[in-house]
Amino acid sequence: MTSAMSTSTDIDLKSFQFILTSVEDHIGIIQLNRPDKLNAINMPLMEELVKCLTWMDHNEDIRCIVLTGNERAFAAGADIEQMASATPVDMILRDQFVYWDRIRKIHKPLVAAISGYALGGGCELAMTCDMIIASETAKFGQPEINLGVIPGAGGTQRLTRAVGKARAMELVLTGNLFTAQQALEWGLINKVVPVELYLEEAKNLAKTIASKPPIAVRMAKESVLKTFDTSLESGLEFERKAFYLLFASQDKNEGMKAFLEKRQPEFQGR
Amino acid sequence: MATKTFEKLIYELESNGTLMITLNRPDKLNAFDDDLSFELIDALKQAERDPKVRCILLTGAGRGFCAGQDLQSRSISQSNGTSPHLGESIRKRYLPIIFKLRTLEKPVVCAVNGVAAGAGASVAFACDYRLAAEDASFIQAFIKVGLVPDSGACYLLPRLIGMGRAMDLMMTGRKVGAAEALQIGLVNEVYPQESLMEKAKQFAGELSLGPTKAYGLLKRALNKALEVDLETYLHYEADLQEIAGRTIDFKEGVSAFVEKRPPAFSGQ
Repeated sequence: MTSAMSTSTDIDLKSFQFILTSVEDHIGIIQLNRPDKLNAINMPLMEELVKCLTWMDHNEDIRCIVLTGNERAFAAGADIEQMASATPVDMILRDQFVYWDRIRKIHKPLVAAISGYALGGGCELAMTCDMIIASETAKFGQPEINLGVIPGAGGTQRLTRAVGKARAMELVLTGNLFTAQQALEWGLINKVVPVELYLEEAKNLAKTIASKPPIAVRMAKESVLKTFDTSLESGLEFERKAFYLLFASQDKNEGMKAFLEKRQPEFQGR
Repeated sequence: MATKTFEKLIYELESNGTLMITLNRPDKLNAFDDDLSFELIDALKQAERDPKVRCILLTGAGRGFCAGQDLQSRSISQSNGTSPHLGESIRKRYLPIIFKLRTLEKPVVCAVNGVAAGAGASVAFACDYRLAAEDASFIQAFIKVGLVPDSGACYLLPRLIGMGRAMDLMMTGRKVGAAEALQIGLVNEVYPQESLMEKAKQFAGELSLGPTKAYGLLKRALNKALEVDLETYLHYEADLQEIAGRTIDFKEGVSAFVEKRPPAFSGQ
């Protein structure tokens, strides 16, 4: 499956214009980097993000990915200038959401580390990740209604699944912002920490996940995400098959052996 | 950095890092009209952002500190027999002042130079320190006009002096003089009228030389402690100490201690 796609060697991590990237302790870190625009999301940024995520997804040295912005903003929305004069046909031809569909197909766990504004497309990008760590200063919201549109990158679907219909309806219809503490109480995010520590906390979570057997992590992510697409019956079927499949992995043998021998396992990702 | 110009308050940053904010409507005992409340919000935001500000000293011009809401101000005056929207006035004007005073991560000293009534008293309660002149007084006057104490008074006052005393002051609306205020712990110190500002500036000057970041974390810790259970708080405290342990001031504090000299904190 990977053979047709670009793989590990043909990418220069320093060549990106709108993102900064690094790799440490088996985690890939991507920082959105349009600080003068509060990291507003535009097509070139999304193109770079997807290119980098795809590369990280195929790099066996990377086992978990952290996506972050800066202290003032994760991403304050989409670049409105890009859309102000667009017609429906322009939007169809532009096909900007194709990048978001691609992010959904990333196999490795994505941890969003959020400080400041995560609004509109920024909030949707955060929700596209698998887990969210936020600073106490984070502000979330889907304010698209104020521009005469609605969330277009999954906001109405993912927010509703996370916080329930009544809350999502109010947030999307009023465009009101909400705090990190509210997001935590409503189950949208995983943890809130002081602003000085949000990135570190996200990296720590990513490092913990990176220490787990990668094939099992991948199956686990797929199974949890399956919940949103299927009935319980087929979700349970999917889970069971993934469970059986893992018995073909070397890491399963090592994990169970180490447990019985009362020692720490050494996972190989095979 | 762009600085705002203020008309109803005086904003003076001294070279030692002390920012003096003086409410300046002396003919109205510095009562809050719309402009003064919005200017105070802006002044506090500017103080929060400006790294040169290490401590804020809040006081009033003339013989009073602050008489609270100006009852003749247009946003709350009753016209055509309809009720004013006090809830909206509180949300827009007083809530941001009180919230900012409690959460801005620098010490805030209040020099209570005269009467502090209604929301004026509440603003003093929200500061980190209250230094009072002998002629200063506090009046929770709300009940006298048929209102409930606002601007955080019912949250802050019982935490300063206990529920029983807070209930007394707010239910009777009686005036509390400086001597009683000192005795019940409502103020930290009382000074003769003529030396209040000198003493307050001296004290604020000392705080301006302190470990500003640690003061900010301390305020965060106390605010958190008021709202969560012990175990949650203890985890939060560990995070804050992790942050404090990485400051330049902590390194300096330890070096100074080992070298038996006074620390020279930068606030970072």
